[in-house]
Amino acid sequence: MEPSLVKKVLEAALLAAREPMTPLELRKMFDEELSTDTLRKLLDQLREEWEERPVELIQLASGWRFRTRVEYLPYLERLNPEKPPRYSRAMLETLAIIAYRQPVTRGDIEEIRGVAVNSNVVKTLEERGWIDVVGHRDTPGRPALFATTKQFLDDLGLRSVSELPPLEQISQTLELNHEN
Amino acid sequence: MNATVDLPAADLFVPVARIYGEAMEHLPQDLYIPPDALEIMLDAFEGPLDLLLYLIRKANVDILDIPMAPLTKQYLAYIDSMQASNLELAAEYLVMAAMLIEIKSRMLLPRPKLGEGEEGEDPRAELVRRLMEYEQMKVAGQKLNELPQAEREFYWVETLVEKSLYVRLPEVSVDDLKEAWMAVVRQASLHKHHKIGREELSVREHMGIILRLLQERGGFVQFETMFDPEMGAPGLVVHFLAMLELAREKLVEFTQTEAFAPIYVRVHQGGTESGQEGA
Repeated sequence: MEPSLVKKVLEAALLAAREPMTPLELRKMFDEELSTDTLRKLLDQLREEWEERPVELIQLASGWRFRTRVEYLPYLERLNPEKPPRYSRAMLETLAIIAYRQPVTRGDIEEIRGVAVNSNVVKTLEERGWIDVVGHRDTPGRPALFATTKQFLDDLGLRSVSELPPLEQISQTLELNHEN
Repeated sequence: MNATVDLPAADLFVPVARIYGEAMEHLPQDLYIPPDALEIMLDAFEGPLDLLLYLIRKANVDILDIPMAPLTKQYLAYIDSMQASNLELAAEYLVMAAMLIEIKSRMLLPRPKLGEGEEGEDPRAELVRRLMEYEQMKVAGQKLNELPQAEREFYWVETLVEKSLYVRLPEVSVDDLKEAWMAVVRQASLHKHHKIGREELSVREHMGIILRLLQERGGFVQFETMFDPEMGAPGLVVHFLAMLELAREKLVEFTQTEAFAPIYVRVHQGGTESGQEGA
């Protein structure tokens, strides 16, 4: 099979996919063996070819997917004026603690935030598919350990937890903006 | 040392001060803070750590050297005013108040010497550690929120695959064909008339063969040797049936000395020897 045709097939599959596609799935489409290197090279070429377009091919935690570029959102939003709700600070802080300190228990989250964990917050994050229970800590009560999911990384356009924004060194005296 | 840093009280309740221009140092009963405003304040903070951070950052003091006395005073003033307007206060705020007072009083006491040259831990250390960790996560949460998010800052691309344009013909496999053929055969066999034909292998005939063989070999033969594999399966079965039939008619008998010992066939002692030849 001609590499140019392989590339076109990959492109068609990625455009039609409803989920990120893993290299394993992409390889399934071909009778011949497609090496990891070749696949990677073709995907990189595709990504370059789409560079001038309003849509980009990106690599996520669970595979490759096309998405619209962020700068077109203001226009696209007008088609669907319903704005997705913004998450509360409690939600974001809980999410941050789970993302950066995973796996953590409710107790760990309460310890850091200094307030009880609202179960709605945990439920909302679970329903969004961003966190799940990955085990239980072997202490009395066997509390559930939470961690972030691949979906969380996918939805934020990340390949792994190591790509999360680095933690800030907390300044000793500098005044912070208190927006809220 | 604690008293040297002045935390400006006017900065304490900025939302209130900005709207009503009132300082909060007054006694609770003198304060007029509409309950709505207090609720807004309560909403603004994510808990006692958040409130403390706010007080510390506002005063622009070194977080590693927190002036406990003014901080505690401001914190208590804050929760007093909330209680004065009968707002139910989350228990965490009260726990923090107790902790602040404890730290403040421990700082008045000389620190116990642990060893030579070692000084005991600063009573504020744990509070500072928690404040810094909380602040780090608070900032991290804001950073996470700034990342482009699926369905919020971008959309996934999904092209329509128009499957109806591509006519798919049903596929037929060899197995399907075989299955279909078997069904036809099965159906046909159900409708087949039952015909009675001539028996190609006659039990009677084999009974004769057996008796003749027995005679040739002296009337006493090992069971297995009576069967010739060359007869083929149908032949063997008929031969066996013939053997059973002979036994039933008491023309031959079987003997076996013990279990698993060889079985012998012999002409029945009381019967005729060759009178029952079959057709």
